[in-house]
Amino acid sequence: MRRPKPPLFLERDSYRRRRVADAARVLPVLGALLFLVPLLWAPAETETPDTVPGGLYIFLVWGGLILAAFVLSRRLGPEPPKRNLGESEEGG
Amino acid sequence: MLPFNVLVAASVSYVAVLFALAFAAEQMAARGRGGWLRSPIVYTLSLSIYCTAWTFYGAVGYAARSGLEFITIYLGPTLVMVGWWLLLRKLVRIGKAQRITSVADLLSARYGKSASVGAIVTVMAVVGITPYIALQLQSVTLALSVFAEAAEGAPAWEAEETALVVALGLALFTVLFGTRNLDADERHHGVVLAIAVEAVVKLIALIAVGVFVVWELGTGPADMLARIEASPIADWQLDPGRWVALTFLSGAALLCLPRMFQVLVVENVDERQLATASWAFPLYLFLISLFVVPIAVAGLERSAPGANPDLFVLTLPLSAGREGLAMLAFLGGFSAATSMVIVAAIALATMVSNHIVLPLWLSFREPRSRLSEDVRGLVLNVRRLSIAGVLGLGWLYYSLSGGGAALAAIGLISFVGVAQFLPAMVGGLFWRGATRTGAVAGLVTGFAVWAYTFFLPSFGAATPLWSEVQEIGPYGFGWLKPQALFGIEGIDPLVHAVFWSMTLNTGIFVGASLLSFPGPMERLQGVEFVGGIERGGAPPRGWQGGVAGAEELLAMAQRILGPGEAQRLFQDAAATQGTGGFLPEVTPEFLERLERRFAGAVGSATAHAMIAQAGGGTSVSVDDLMRVADEAQQIMEYSQRLEAQSEELSRTARQLREANRKLTELSAQKDAFLSQISHELRTPMTSIRAFSEILGEEGLSDEERTRYAGVIHAETVRLTRLLDDLLDLSVLESGNVQLNLKEANLGAVIARAVSTASAAPGTKPFRILREPESENVPVVTDPDRLAQVFINLITNARKYCDARVQEVRIEVRPFDGQVQVDVVDNGSGIPRESQEIIFEKFARLGDHTRAGGAGLGLAICREIMEKLGGSIAYLPGQGGAAFRLTVPMQLAQAA
Repeated sequence: MRRPKPPLFLERDSYRRRRVADAARVLPVLGALLFLVPLLWAPAETETPDTVPGGLYIFLVWGGLILAAFVLSRRLGPEPPKRNLGESEEGG
Repeated sequence: MLPFNVLVAASVSYVAVLFALAFAAEQMAARGRGGWLRSPIVYTLSLSIYCTAWTFYGAVGYAARSGLEFITIYLGPTLVMVGWWLLLRKLVRIGKAQRITSVADLLSARYGKSASVGAIVTVMAVVGITPYIALQLQSVTLALSVFAEAAEGAPAWEAEETALVVALGLALFTVLFGTRNLDADERHHGVVLAIAVEAVVKLIALIAVGVFVVWELGTGPADMLARIEASPIADWQLDPGRWVALTFLSGAALLCLPRMFQVLVVENVDERQLATASWAFPLYLFLISLFVVPIAVAGLERSAPGANPDLFVLTLPLSAGREGLAMLAFLGGFSAATSMVIVAAIALATMVSNHIVLPLWLSFREPRSRLSEDVRGLVLNVRRLSIAGVLGLGWLYYSLSGGGAALAAIGLISFVGVAQFLPAMVGGLFWRGATRTGAVAGLVTGFAVWAYTFFLPSFGAATPLWSEVQEIGPYGFGWLKPQALFGIEGIDPLVHAVFWSMTLNTGIFVGASLLSFPGPMERLQGVEFVGGIERGGAPPRGWQGGVAGAEELLAMAQRILGPGEAQRLFQDAAATQGTGGFLPEVTPEFLERLERRFAGAVGSATAHAMIAQAGGGTSVSVDDLMRVADEAQQIMEYSQRLEAQSEELSRTARQLREANRKLTELSAQKDAFLSQISHELRTPMTSIRAFSEILGEEGLSDEERTRYAGVIHAETVRLTRLLDDLLDLSVLESGNVQLNLKEANLGAVIARAVSTASAAPGTKPFRILREPESENVPVVTDPDRLAQVFINLITNARKYCDARVQEVRIEVRPFDGQVQVDVVDNGSGIPRESQEIIFEKFARLGDHTRAGGAGLGLAICREIMEKLGGSIAYLPGQGGAAFRLTVPMQLAQAA
């Protein structure tokens, strides 16, 4: 048996859109952190040749960022049909 | 071997094709059919001018020298683009709202439309970009030299001369491309399309070389990875300081480089473009970086030890005999260099003309001649000269620096230079407290530190004096050594320059902003920039209308925007204001609009100055300052205005309703009056006719005859009285009454009225109570008329008072320059609901026949009292019917 849907207390679309915008703000920070991770490995001090794994890691993170940006920009692209006056976009 | 001439011919025809494409695109855009020119993909591809010859040739060289570090140059922009929601979105929105034309214009507009900020940024940009232009010249020259050396029978190779020829060619090309006309909004559809095509060419070329290296020189990706492991750059020599500094720098450069600002902000059409570019541009960078390390490794494997790694992209295909591929690679590199030079030169030329030449020209010319001279021609010529100048400087730098440095090293000098804009830019967008003083101080400091620690040392040991400074510091001050400031030695020169210039720049920018006080315009712009993202249009402000004539402004606008555009703008404004023709009223809104439009052509500071001089008005009014106070204040003000308006509206509506009610009532009264009057006239007429008919009959006794004649007489008397009353009332109401004003004693007037009224026969005992002492007051009035009022009141009392013994009390009281006279009887008074109508015509209460009057008495009383400058009112709550008369002691001017 299906459970009854909980009552809607918040407009789902605009709420989701604002959270996507939050994610879009977080994404560059996340990217910067991931790009700084190689600093922790200190590859200059290790003996092993690490250009190949390092390069693969960078390109992997890079590709992930592009993919995430693609998804987010799709979700953020079209303007919402109506403005929600009660909770306008936080921050700016 | 590929003949050198073929190469040159190919380059020239490639450029010609690009030019034709650009021309066609502009034609299409002009005819309104170029919608696809504004598509997000074209926009993304145009952003790829970030990847210049530095990327095309230099990245491979960089990778061959320092391994993976080259990639930081693309990680910074990736982070900025992926984070478009944070910063770029705001930048683009402000750019559009303020019609920003360049990075100098942005900073100038933000800091109070300041001409000085614009000029400083322009100078910094020109100096900062010079090495970058030199880099492009060097790369094209190097690439040509590769072919020239390989070709048989080539002319003796002169690098400097070649660079000069390349610079001249590029200058000509850019002038043709970028300054054919002065766009009202600084968008160059043709150029954008051309660089989009070049973006595709350079990407394809680099990928083609990469594919060639991986699958033709090697056997595939796995083999490639193995070869990387075996190469000299197999161990990643990561320098944490450089890694962070380079990532930061490249991100900053994406925002601050004049050419990037041009394509990113100025050429942007809508946010959709930005949304697509947020992932597509990083993807472009990803693809273009993908084969850099393989190409570098292959180059290191196959070249002689001394070969220039910057040229591996060309030498690898050439050495393998793949001339077609080498040609493609050359065109790719050529694309990368030319597109950068074109856009950078256009952007810099715009800045130079808008922020240096035009302000100077404005301040030297007579105000009159400014309106009539051809600004467009001047601006275009200035831009052409600026383009030539910028390229000339680039060539100068190239020949001074010797042309031997690695491409990436030269590019980084520019990056650090333009990154100096970042604190003022980001601070200006997000911090309302950033001031012009702070911005100027920060910019100048950062620029000076950059020049001292990084730009000047890039000339190397060209002069002995400079090498001495570098070794022991200026005048022997060791702590001022350019690459070891404050005695901190051993830092990488790049990290050193970035750290000190950005730290001092930001610190002084913030410090000076905190300490200084903004001007009104600065404050206004600050509020608009910082708070501007979620609002639509700001309220018009800044200009006081009506000073300049619309005709003069139109003349000026035609010079700047061109006749067609200017006339359209003016006609539009006139239509919006509801007037026809070409000359709208010069309102503050219109001036604001005009300034924005001018700003799109000549920059905000110049546009502001021009309108200010044409308008002659002050730029910031008290109202503006009020608005600046706070944004909350703005909202409050707005809602207050709304409230006041709605209050006024409801007040007006109330008044209208009231007026309407009165009119309806009056109309009803008039109808009632007419029917009353015909009724009043008809009753006596009927009896007169009846009795006169009886009199005409035979056989009437004398007694009867006398009686009937008496009735007829009484009725005519009644008629006459009624007509007299009506006449009296109409005379009074029409205002034609002659008043016989004189000083009289109130007591005497009352005495006369009492004696007249008492003479009439009554059925009940009747007496009048008076206070002779208080009645002894002099009044200025018409005694006959005033007596008439008293007679009326007393007669009424005698008619209607239902007490057994009728009493009328007359009380007199002086009150505030007037005399109040109350006439009160001892009857049961007038019922509450009738009190309002007793002063109306024909208002009679109760039994009509008994009263015997026409109901005009009190109406006449009211008219008389008003004419005498006093009033009459019913006074409730006195036991009986009570009337209060107010008689002025001195007649007012009215009446």
